[in-house]
Amino acid sequence: MEPVFSFLEQHLELTYIVILSIFLGVEVISRVPSVLHTPLMSGANAIHGVVIIGAIIVMGQASDENYLALILGFLAVILGTINVVGGFVVTDRMLEMFKSKKTK
Amino acid sequence: MLSLIYLIGSVTFIVGLKMLSNPATARKGNAIAAGGMGLAILGTIFLYRHHGQGLHNYGWIIAGLLIGGVIGFISARRVKMTAMPEMVSLFNGMGGACAALISVVEFEHMADALSGSTDDNMQLGIIFAGMIIGAVSFSGSVIAWGKLNGRIRDIAFQGQHIVNLSVLALILLLALFVTVTLPAATVILFAVILVLSLIYGVFFVLPIGGADMPVVISLLNSFTGVAAACGGFLYDNPVMLTGGILVGSAGTILTILMCKAMNRSLKNVLIGAFGGAKSGGASKEQGAYKEIGLADTAVVMAYAHKVMIVPGYGLAVAQAQHACHELETLLEARGVEVRYAIHPVAGRMPGHMNVLLAEADVSYDKLLEMEQANGQFSTTDVVLILGANDVVNPAAKSDPSSPIYGMPILEVENARSVIVNKRSMKPGYAGIENDLFFQPKTAMLFGDAKQVLQQLVAEIVNTL
Repeated sequence: MEPVFSFLEQHLELTYIVILSIFLGVEVISRVPSVLHTPLMSGANAIHGVVIIGAIIVMGQASDENYLALILGFLAVILGTINVVGGFVVTDRMLEMFKSKKTK
Repeated sequence: MLSLIYLIGSVTFIVGLKMLSNPATARKGNAIAAGGMGLAILGTIFLYRHHGQGLHNYGWIIAGLLIGGVIGFISARRVKMTAMPEMVSLFNGMGGACAALISVVEFEHMADALSGSTDDNMQLGIIFAGMIIGAVSFSGSVIAWGKLNGRIRDIAFQGQHIVNLSVLALILLLALFVTVTLPAATVILFAVILVLSLIYGVFFVLPIGGADMPVVISLLNSFTGVAAACGGFLYDNPVMLTGGILVGSAGTILTILMCKAMNRSLKNVLIGAFGGAKSGGASKEQGAYKEIGLADTAVVMAYAHKVMIVPGYGLAVAQAQHACHELETLLEARGVEVRYAIHPVAGRMPGHMNVLLAEADVSYDKLLEMEQANGQFSTTDVVLILGANDVVNPAAKSDPSSPIYGMPILEVENARSVIVNKRSMKPGYAGIENDLFFQPKTAMLFGDAKQVLQQLVAEIVNTL
């Protein structure tokens, strides 16, 4: 248990962020109409693509001889980018259809 | 400077997500979140410093971004609206794989530089968490994609849940063991855990029935969010943390909301394989059903006062939304009032049907939500059901032994007459018979939804 406490103490700010984000996420989403479930899921999907930042850091810190890290990191960057770009574009395409209705 | 960028990124995620939950602002919200994401990525590439050291391997990073960007963009533009659920699932799997890969590389780093402090244990714990969750999310999403595609069929066997739980317990125990004991040579164990996690993801999704798939995708979506947040801890990176946790918690709520829309508990979705076992009423007498031809259908609909269209999975699969809109305009021109009754889980995902009909230019105010529609069936002359099955099954109200008992349905039997378009008498997702099809006021119109609608349109134009 002790390492857990010391870890939490060291990362107190991050822990705050985690707790606040949980409530924020719940608060922001509650009572969304079911019409929007699919685009919203897709949008959230794109946002968790933020993991790409980790991939970039991994890639950018890998030393030149470490081929395993280079290859895995490269793959991670590609996959993460697909997630981000694809996610936002697909969401936009779905929402575009809703919008054209409103303006007519 | 970078922390400021990360702060902006986090705020755009929150604002974006908030705006996404309202139809009027959703598109803008998506763009805002995307902008924040772009900013955070660029900031990381150019401004990231660790112990005063910037990043290198720029060629690789930019090449990766370009390749991924092109693949993501093209596949997102090309995918058909009906194939949206599996696309979302596949993208989600990519994110999960990305998180798992990061953990693999970081583990390799760590194995080289163990300092022996207790901080190592926690660090390793987080690496494991990110890897396990990411790997489960990846393999689970790929299976979900395959199942929605029809490439993979439901596979359920006796005692599957026990096997699943055992695998999960084994993963957690091994991870805990490695984390606490921290021996130098754990590479093999690490690999074992990785493989087990991938297998668990497969086992987890395989037995889940088609109708419950969107719920599972949403759940896996929130898993990937948590995996991303683990990366945030690993790199002391607040934007990864907020992005990941926001999606994790929002995704969980979304999952629960979807379950509510189907009147199922999450536990039910995960444990009670919907179509897996043959449902109790299998031996029930089926009775006779009545068929109706195209010409008769055209007459009935063209001379009705009010027609209600109930679009379902069959319409989505046949991509018949455009033909459906054509029929609607034609009928409206003849003075028939046409409305659409949309069940919250119609189509292949909650809200999916609205997207499809919107694509075909169906006016928004013709779409009725379930409650509104239920109030209007009694004044409706003809209900045309296009490939919907479980969402109009009266057993949900009347038969407590039915697996879908309690699910809110469209009460189409209140209308004067019902025409059901299906390809065959095969039961739908839930694998149960529908009494509605055998009722005297119901007539069956067999055929592919798109062809049938096109022929109906031709029939009305040519002969009436």
